[in-house]
Amino acid sequence: MKIEKAIDIVLRNVRIIDPLTDRDEVRDIHLVDGMIGKIASGLKGGASTRSVDLTGVVAAPGFLDMHVHLREPGFEHKETIETGCMAAAAGGFTGVCCMPNTNPAIDDESVIRLIQEKSRRALLGLVDVHPIGAVTIGRKGEHLAPMAEMAAAGAVAFTDDGDPVHDAELMRRALEYAGMFNRPVIQHAQDIPMTRGGVMNEGFCSTELGLPGMPAAAEDVMISRDILLAGYTGGQYHVAHMSTAGAVDLVRAAKVKGLRVTCEVTPHHFFLTDDAVRSFDTNTKMNPPLRTKFDVDAIREGLRDGTIDVIATDHAPHSFDEKQVEFQSAPFGIVGLETAIGLAVTELVYRGILSLDRLVRLFSVNPRRILHLPDVTITEGARANLTLFSPDQSWTVDPLRFHSLSRNTPFAGLTLRGKPFAVANNGVICWSD
Amino acid sequence: MPLKSRHLLGLHGMPREDIELILETAISFREVLDRPIKKVPPLQGKTIANMFFENSTRTRLSFELAERRLSADVLGFQTSGSSVSKGETLKDTARNIEAMKVDMVVMRHWAAGAPHYLSNVIDANVINAGDGAHEHPTQALLDLYTIHEKHGKIAGLHVCLVGDILHSRVARSNIYGLTALGAKVSVCGPATMIPHGIERLGVQVFHHLDEVIGNVDVLNVLRVQLERDAGRFFPSLREYHHSYGITKGRLEKAGKPITIMHPGPINRDVELSSDVADGEHSVILQQVLNGVAVRMAILYLLATGNQ
Repeated sequence: MKIEKAIDIVLRNVRIIDPLTDRDEVRDIHLVDGMIGKIASGLKGGASTRSVDLTGVVAAPGFLDMHVHLREPGFEHKETIETGCMAAAAGGFTGVCCMPNTNPAIDDESVIRLIQEKSRRALLGLVDVHPIGAVTIGRKGEHLAPMAEMAAAGAVAFTDDGDPVHDAELMRRALEYAGMFNRPVIQHAQDIPMTRGGVMNEGFCSTELGLPGMPAAAEDVMISRDILLAGYTGGQYHVAHMSTAGAVDLVRAAKVKGLRVTCEVTPHHFFLTDDAVRSFDTNTKMNPPLRTKFDVDAIREGLRDGTIDVIATDHAPHSFDEKQVEFQSAPFGIVGLETAIGLAVTELVYRGILSLDRLVRLFSVNPRRILHLPDVTITEGARANLTLFSPDQSWTVDPLRFHSLSRNTPFAGLTLRGKPFAVANNGVICWSD
Repeated sequence: MPLKSRHLLGLHGMPREDIELILETAISFREVLDRPIKKVPPLQGKTIANMFFENSTRTRLSFELAERRLSADVLGFQTSGSSVSKGETLKDTARNIEAMKVDMVVMRHWAAGAPHYLSNVIDANVINAGDGAHEHPTQALLDLYTIHEKHGKIAGLHVCLVGDILHSRVARSNIYGLTALGAKVSVCGPATMIPHGIERLGVQVFHHLDEVIGNVDVLNVLRVQLERDAGRFFPSLREYHHSYGITKGRLEKAGKPITIMHPGPINRDVELSSDVADGEHSVILQQVLNGVAVRMAILYLLATGNQ
């Protein structure tokens, strides 16, 4: 990874895909002092201009991963804000939203300030880190956290992710209260009594493996309840890491009704099924768990038909030793920032489920719209916020080359098509290895 | 002819020939157990560690006896609770034991998949003595042996597993072993204790004993976990006994002798009435005796097989 100031660089022959300006064409982009100068063909620049030939590379508005666990403060042996930002940049993201299940939890302004300060020092401030605040104090599901204070400090949304907001009354009030600041409530949808002790999807695989299961219905009942509450309150509701066919149907129906309901899916939930757990590899243990082929097919259809708004990684780093235990003892979660583009291009673009234009919407346009962040476009005079990736390039996932502090991935050794090439943001450009 | 695997982790996917090889080998060890001197030398100089991460009496004693009768050196420990709560990981415990130059590890663990994990991190042969609700291959093999001893065959028999299928490693391993050898297998228990998709393993599902009991040759009756299950999976032991308890009266209605098996320990008058447990068609104590012979066969085949 190489970082430099984007002072005077011409990106030659790059394919610009910018859904909001309806642009898909090969041009040169001149980056000048962190801004987009001219966009044209055959740009020369001046004597000091550096010129890089990017034939075959796509330039898109910077990707934003709205579901990342940066682990700092509290779990710096898994990830820090700095290493998380490096992983984001290496994976092609210019922005991330960090989840509040830190220690202390992100449940007041001071933790938000800490994260903002640290992220500005990481990678010369290249990666925008948008904190997501807790819905309840300490994520305990009892008392509403100070959302007004956190929203004013920069919290872009609220969630108790890692745990659901289980109490329906509290969820109702959270939707009402967060609505005053135009912030979505993001739900980790999981009925707790139905999933107690569960470590994988409940189904034929869990029956064979004898592992305690978490039924898909436990996710669906909570989303179903929450959609009713979103309708009743008028609040903005977003489903985190949606994993079941039933949930896709519920969100689709809610959208038809015109409710303010959106959702995200992770690459592992459109790529793997619970068959992967047969290895007892603890890197196939995540929450929500890997589901069945039926669910994966429904998610792909939801991606194709637009029901699913966002691809987010649920990047959840854990140290090597924490995962080197019995499957039932292992923590939930896998890292995702550095494999997301490869998995999405390989599995969605090359299988004809998403065009590159739609892919950019799911990684860049839609998450910003859900979070009410300014649109990012590739236009002359705009700040350069770019993700560059090579859709045709094949590469093999090697966790030892990750920039994340953790390597807990089930995708080691997998050959993917679609490789992050560089990211530019906040006056800095970072070239991937 | 050696076994195809150097570990015994489960019966899922185990080739039929391997199961038959173990059962045939067990016949000669069963004969050893009837001799006045019950010790034979084939595992002399081999060291076997019995690692029991979950309470067990009969399986542990059965393995230990089998190991000693084969002249192996035996060490072991028993602990309950998770490795995490003990402060040392399973991997570290296993590596420490392996550092003492152990040839084989017999492991009982509360977590499904723990023996698979172990087989990936140490070089010794690993024998699964029961992992969570996943598999208990040696129990199923001794069950197969006992059925064969009693009936002279396995193919074509109808074996019904009764009770808590959901939490039972014995049930899973029995299903894999019995279906591999051509038996007809059914399960019977409350709907709350029948795991999702079990019929895809080739078994028929019943919820009412009287619907199936007239057609079976063998009832393998599973233990009710008294402390855990009452109230969550069925309303009371009284109702459980009424619906699924095997009683003399119920067996008489079947109109033919039915072999009664139980992996032990028995809750008398819950899943089995005493007159059935001790009755003429019960092979429960033969299971215990055969268990030693079957485990001797497994230890012998793994220790002398392809390394």
